[in-house]
Amino acid sequence: MAKDGDVKLIGAWPSPFVMRPRIALNLKGVEYEFLEEKFGAKSDLLLRSNPVHKKIPVLLHADRPVCESLVIVQYVDDAWPSSGPSILPSDPYDRATARFWAAYIDEKWFPSMTGIAKAQGEEAKKAALDQVAEGLSLLEDAFGKISKGKPFFGGDTVGFLDIALGCLLGWLRVTEKMNGVKLLDEAKVPGLAKWAERFCADDAVKGVMPETDKLAEFAKLIMAKFKAAPSPQ
Amino acid sequence: MAEEVILLDFWPSPFGMRAKIALREKGVDFDLREEDLSSKSPLLLEKNPVHKKVPVLVHNGKPVCESLIIVQYIDETWGHESPLLPSHPYERARARFWADYMDKKISVGGVVWAPTGEAQEAAKKEFIECLKVLEGELGDKAYFGGERFGYVDVSLIPFYSWFYAVETSANLSIMEECPKLVGWAKRCMQRESVAMSLPDQYKVYDFMLEVRKKRRAQ
Repeated sequence: MAKDGDVKLIGAWPSPFVMRPRIALNLKGVEYEFLEEKFGAKSDLLLRSNPVHKKIPVLLHADRPVCESLVIVQYVDDAWPSSGPSILPSDPYDRATARFWAAYIDEKWFPSMTGIAKAQGEEAKKAALDQVAEGLSLLEDAFGKISKGKPFFGGDTVGFLDIALGCLLGWLRVTEKMNGVKLLDEAKVPGLAKWAERFCADDAVKGVMPETDKLAEFAKLIMAKFKAAPSPQ
Repeated sequence: MAEEVILLDFWPSPFGMRAKIALREKGVDFDLREEDLSSKSPLLLEKNPVHKKVPVLVHNGKPVCESLIIVQYIDETWGHESPLLPSHPYERARARFWADYMDKKISVGGVVWAPTGEAQEAAKKEFIECLKVLEGELGDKAYFGGERFGYVDVSLIPFYSWFYAVETSANLSIMEECPKLVGWAKRCMQRESVAMSLPDQYKVYDFMLEVRKKRRAQ
């Protein structure tokens, strides 16, 4: 059992970004204290630990903060090198590939998904959904090339890119439910559809992946709050 | 084994400069190919089909895209005796955090291509705030990582080539606002890898004027 100074994670159960370091810590068998933030009110600890962005997740390792979900995941991999599997691939080219797709997911694909909720009118909604589907098709292709027939992007075990994409599955399912569409369609993206099942069933993921129904309820709650409140800036 | 290293670049791009600095820091021989972004080469479109952007590093035919990913790849592939990223996990995380901060927050384009005076004022404010935060992080250190030039310095210094263009656009003196940061920049410019990779600030300014002329004509 890895024990290297006290480990805390500031986060919130609905956040896909918070799930990322949780999975990384689980893979490494590191015990940590989960400090749940209350929705709508940022704790003093969060504001002190992440003064630049004021966002979750924040990892506190022996009271030293690490911020930004993928930076935290790499940190966990670096800080506990001999525990559990390697999260990042060992070959520099494979690492660059994993980082590339993780950046694509955060900078292009995830915003296209949140774009669906923001789309006004049928046409805009369809265009937004098409964008997400296009992205999934790119990722399906990437999965084929990177996994090389193995169960995960990371090979035999869950790795960096699995974590980057997998944590968004909950919100993807909520999007499907709320729009009455199937995006992770076995007919269109068979590789990813099966990968998603394996990912969600993994021991490191099971306990931290929120149930779709619970997330959908939460989504309705925040959407209602945003519609009620005047536009904050 | 013959090693082939090509860098697809566009000379005013700060992102391309990051890759050039890293390659030169490691003493890697590379074939620098200038792209005409209005008419992208078949090689660029083939090697970066997702984004179709520069820089792209092509190592023995295999492409690496996205400047920070390229810099990390260069660091992990060559010159292990002189690493750009720190060796201690916590320091590495800090370095990654600050490079990520730059990519999320610095927008030179927001200032120089601002459509209105109002937009420019807002962009100028944000730009200076961002530089001040970075200056705070630098503190009294010689470089962001301490005594040695490293990853965060490589990631930030290219923007120095745009300082004159930003200052004249927005009527601002970066020296007045962030003297320590300018001091750091001049220190970095003394390194051959940096001096060779950054274009002259006046050349960048001229480029900016040309682009503005073209945009007005459209």
